[in-house]
Amino acid sequence: MLDQAKTPFEIRDYIRQQLFPHFMCPGCGHGIALRALLWAIHDLGIAKDDLAIVSGIGCSGRIGAYIDANTFHTTHGRPLAFATGLKLARPDLHVIVITGDGDCLAIGGNHLIHACRRNLDITCLMLNNEIYGMTGGQVSPTTSSDRYTTTTPEGNYEPVFDACKLAQGAGAGFVGREMTLQTPSLKKLIQQGIAHPGFSFLEVISDCTEIYGRKNDLGESAEMVLSQKADFRSASYGMIADEVFQPRNVKTGVLYKDDRPEYAQAYRQKIASRAKK
Amino acid sequence: MSSVQNIQGNHACALAAVAAGCRFYAGYPITPSSEIAERMSVELPAVNGIFVQMEDEIASMGAIIGASMGGAKTMTATSGPGFSLKQENLGYAAATEVPCVIINVMRGGPSTGMPTRPAQGDVMQARWGTHGDHPIIVLTPWSVQEIYQQTLRAFDLSEALRVPVVVLIDEVIGHLVESVDLAKMNTGNPVERKWADSSQEDFQPYAHTEDLVPPMPRPGDGYRTHTTGLTHAENGFPTQDPEVANRVISRLLQKLEHHNDLVECVNQSDCKDAEIVIVAYGITARAAQSAKQQLQGEGVKVGIFRPITLWPFPQQTFSEAIANARLVLVPEMNAGQLIVEIERYRNDSTRIIGLNRYDGEPISPQQIFNKVKEVLQDA
Repeated sequence: MLDQAKTPFEIRDYIRQQLFPHFMCPGCGHGIALRALLWAIHDLGIAKDDLAIVSGIGCSGRIGAYIDANTFHTTHGRPLAFATGLKLARPDLHVIVITGDGDCLAIGGNHLIHACRRNLDITCLMLNNEIYGMTGGQVSPTTSSDRYTTTTPEGNYEPVFDACKLAQGAGAGFVGREMTLQTPSLKKLIQQGIAHPGFSFLEVISDCTEIYGRKNDLGESAEMVLSQKADFRSASYGMIADEVFQPRNVKTGVLYKDDRPEYAQAYRQKIASRAKK
Repeated sequence: MSSVQNIQGNHACALAAVAAGCRFYAGYPITPSSEIAERMSVELPAVNGIFVQMEDEIASMGAIIGASMGGAKTMTATSGPGFSLKQENLGYAAATEVPCVIINVMRGGPSTGMPTRPAQGDVMQARWGTHGDHPIIVLTPWSVQEIYQQTLRAFDLSEALRVPVVVLIDEVIGHLVESVDLAKMNTGNPVERKWADSSQEDFQPYAHTEDLVPPMPRPGDGYRTHTTGLTHAENGFPTQDPEVANRVISRLLQKLEHHNDLVECVNQSDCKDAEIVIVAYGITARAAQSAKQQLQGEGVKVGIFRPITLWPFPQQTFSEAIANARLVLVPEMNAGQLIVEIERYRNDSTRIIGLNRYDGEPISPQQIFNKVKEVLQDA
């Protein structure tokens, strides 16, 4: 752990300001997710030289470039495959994947479930804005029911993926969800996810104001984010008032955690036992 | 103890990879290449390497690029359908200049085709399978011994030039068992990647260096660079400036030509005075070799031009080799792929003739012999 953790977090220490102005639309939640991630990295005392950010394609994939670290912007849906190779070859690096709902759950769905199953020590941050923003607003596997997109002109009729249930079912050692609205909680969740020795899947509820919000008349960014309050609640409130938090009743916070063996460790143990024979 | 062993082509490939310094293998089972993965799963842990069987071919390709970005020498092996799936990430490796070796033990196609049958149908895909203009090296061994040598060389070229290298192996050579002296062929001196060691300040990961191969920054060494499949400027960040894009893509495309002395590898025999030159690669070249002896016994002036480095095609050397030839015969286990390239470099007085087979059987020496006789009668 570096001494940096003892000093206050200053985002400028972690970003490539030479790339500004950034590409994000006004009101986009991805910048808040980025801030929460860097804040967590700071507080964990991870050195920028030892940090590897691996991202895919889409709006989520683009934010990695702003981080002053070893950044790899890979192909659509494949960042977890690249990250698996990188982490296995370089266990000394902290490998964090930044992906989106389309990147991770649609084109990259197969890689996600197998990354969860292997339980390699990677942190996967999935920014869920319910839309393919970079390509102009097409329906994604997490687009809410009846919402309009450029490819659902009559409203979305496909069921929504619950990414956290999927990750847990596939075997991820750590699963959590948080909204950008609750930045300190989000930062705390990311911090726990990175610290977890195994695969951690973190869903970040972001917002796409410019494209998705506008198309569905969801208001300005603040309105969109505040309206999420009606849909999400902390998992720790589970016992108190289930009916109050309708209509979507989605839980946030740490949703699942276990201490099943980490992949690289299990691999090394197997090899060591083979050598003894 | 003698170092000569009876070994299968696919196993020789795995041993060569380890000898070249490969320490990371990711793959997915596919006939007729699976023995390579199986052998790597045994060999790599013994040298502190990593073997991982991924969820699919796409992930295997992604994983070897990821491991290579981390600093490891890496390889994957596949066959036709898997090679198709690898193309997207293969293009990423070419664009980001990440070294990696891809073995394609070719089988009959198209589609699932004939999994256990030989074919040479992936010659054009190996060159142009991924989208956009890109550099790539493709090697075609013709024996078990040469699988070993060319796999070693694949790593050396990939590391030296920061380019993906494909080794196209015919199914019948991958599964062929021959006596090979492996120790004799192992140079024991594999090429290591040129790592960045200059000042970290203002470091340009894609600098236009004199040799057109910029040193690679290793994560953890303090460079903290950006790697992207987007067209990127010398500083590694995306660009859409036409002038910059033209400059950086041009360097990428000129890289191999600049190092042609390293890249080109041709085996030719008796081409100089030949009236017929047979151009062949892989197992087909072995059939041609046998046919040549028979033809020469009958007084036919015949030579063989065998491009071991198939891509980039050795155009200059080829043009010289056929300078005195009236006829060029191109036997291929496909409907005619390399012949299209060869026709680009013909001289006006040379006739180019194909001999093609895509029924899952190799081309026999007799077929080549007969074809030459037939053509000579016509001429």
